[in-house]
Amino acid sequence: MVTPLLALEDVHTFIGQFHILEGVSLTVPEGQVTVLLGRNGAGKTTTLRSIMGLSPARHGRILWQGQPIQALPAHAIARLGIGYVPEDRIVFGDLTVEENLRLAERAKGDLARHADLIFGLFPDLKRLIHLRGAQLSGGQQQMLAIARALVPDNRLLLIDEPTKGLAPVLVESLMATIRRLSEHITVLLVEQNLLLAAEVGDTCFILEQGHTVYSGHMAELVNDKATVLRYLGAG
Amino acid sequence: MTLDTLISIILQGLTLGMLYFLTASGLSLIFGLMDVLNFAHGSIFMIGAYVAWVTTEALAGSLPNSDARFALALLAGTLAGAGLGALIEWAGIRPLYKRPIFQVLLTLGLVFVINETVKLLWKADIHSLARPASLAGVLMILDRPFPTYRLFLIGLGLVVLAAMSVLLRRTRLGMIIRAGVENGEMVQALGIDVRRVFTLVFALGSALAALGGAAAAPFIGLVPTMGMDYQLSAFAVVVIGGMGSFAGSAVGAVLVWLGRAFADYQLSPLVARATVVGLMALVLLVKPTGLFGVKKGGH
Repeated sequence: MVTPLLALEDVHTFIGQFHILEGVSLTVPEGQVTVLLGRNGAGKTTTLRSIMGLSPARHGRILWQGQPIQALPAHAIARLGIGYVPEDRIVFGDLTVEENLRLAERAKGDLARHADLIFGLFPDLKRLIHLRGAQLSGGQQQMLAIARALVPDNRLLLIDEPTKGLAPVLVESLMATIRRLSEHITVLLVEQNLLLAAEVGDTCFILEQGHTVYSGHMAELVNDKATVLRYLGAG
Repeated sequence: MTLDTLISIILQGLTLGMLYFLTASGLSLIFGLMDVLNFAHGSIFMIGAYVAWVTTEALAGSLPNSDARFALALLAGTLAGAGLGALIEWAGIRPLYKRPIFQVLLTLGLVFVINETVKLLWKADIHSLARPASLAGVLMILDRPFPTYRLFLIGLGLVVLAAMSVLLRRTRLGMIIRAGVENGEMVQALGIDVRRVFTLVFALGSALAALGGAAAAPFIGLVPTMGMDYQLSAFAVVVIGGMGSFAGSAVGAVLVWLGRAFADYQLSPLVARATVVGLMALVLLVKPTGLFGVKKGGH
């Protein structure tokens, strides 16, 4: 059996005294888009934060190419080749677009080497390169947050609800971009909207109250109305 | 008010403004990046002054040129501040990053330890550090004498402001510091070990305070409690300028001390002393994050 790029085995995470993840297990095969679905508060964002070491797992294992990484600090986890695009984008407002991108360089010349890919996917960023992060619109900040994760040689992108708060016209083009970038890099995507997730996802997991309650192919889930209704509350 | 009086008041305000800027900017950087409120910052200011004084005394016999002696004293004071700052961060603050109350207790405790150590070594008497020969005179500005040393202090503040602006705006370290002030957690998630930058910034902020102390020594005299007044007003300057903003510290310090100098001349010394608090209250009412402050993200 092929070792998945990333695997979570019975991960438990606490935030303060609250037990948020109560046994999350999932696998992310290389070269695919894996989607993490679930209602609000199911633990999707905490799962991504636990993978990144920002909300470290207290029990269970997080395996990167078969090696446990749950005890590593966040910067070391990122350096394994994992890019993180958080839910609220967290673009640095005082830094220019170019500085935001350069900050993500792990070796000199990272940005130059990936410029074709980045500006091919997000041509607008070239025009905005000297603007400060705080001057960008929500959609532009989302582009920058994803582009930033593409600057170093990452093998996996964790993208947390990229369409949240964006105008419908932007949502379509953003999902198309994620589809295009998934040709170059493995993606673990958190998305609440099942139909949008179905556009890009290969496999999917559903979380409920901190547990993994479903795993399967995206196409199968879309046709499994009972499961969708039960865990996602929509038909 | 005549033009020469106006210029004299402005220069007076700028002199003290620059000294406070040196103290406040370090405090602001350290708090902005690490969320550490360093109550021992004033003591580091004082250590800078004492090390400068001790260096000058030690070199008095072997180095007759007072300018060279003074330059070495400034350097020694600054380096001592940097070393002490790095030591405090490494040995004291680092284990306490998730315990802010303990940090406050630690740095408050250090104030007593450092101040008592200085008293033990050099007594609580007032010491004075002579101005170097080339800065001991006065310069005539519009027929009014102005001490050269004060102009030197203004110049020193401007040089530090320019150097730090270059560091923050033109280098990768500066980029990491600016990003870290906004959201340290996201900087970590980009693969940057922000803790390593913490020690460096703590040392840098402490070096600026110690430089301020060393430069202030010939101007205000040395006593073990000399850092306390500076620290309190520096806190006010940081609040006015905005936590974590280097430019804010500069503007805040100059505003406070220009306001104070004008109030002193036009109204009374009592009103002048209240300017700091008045200005702080006004800024907090209008812009609670300070003039140049940014809202902080996760840590």
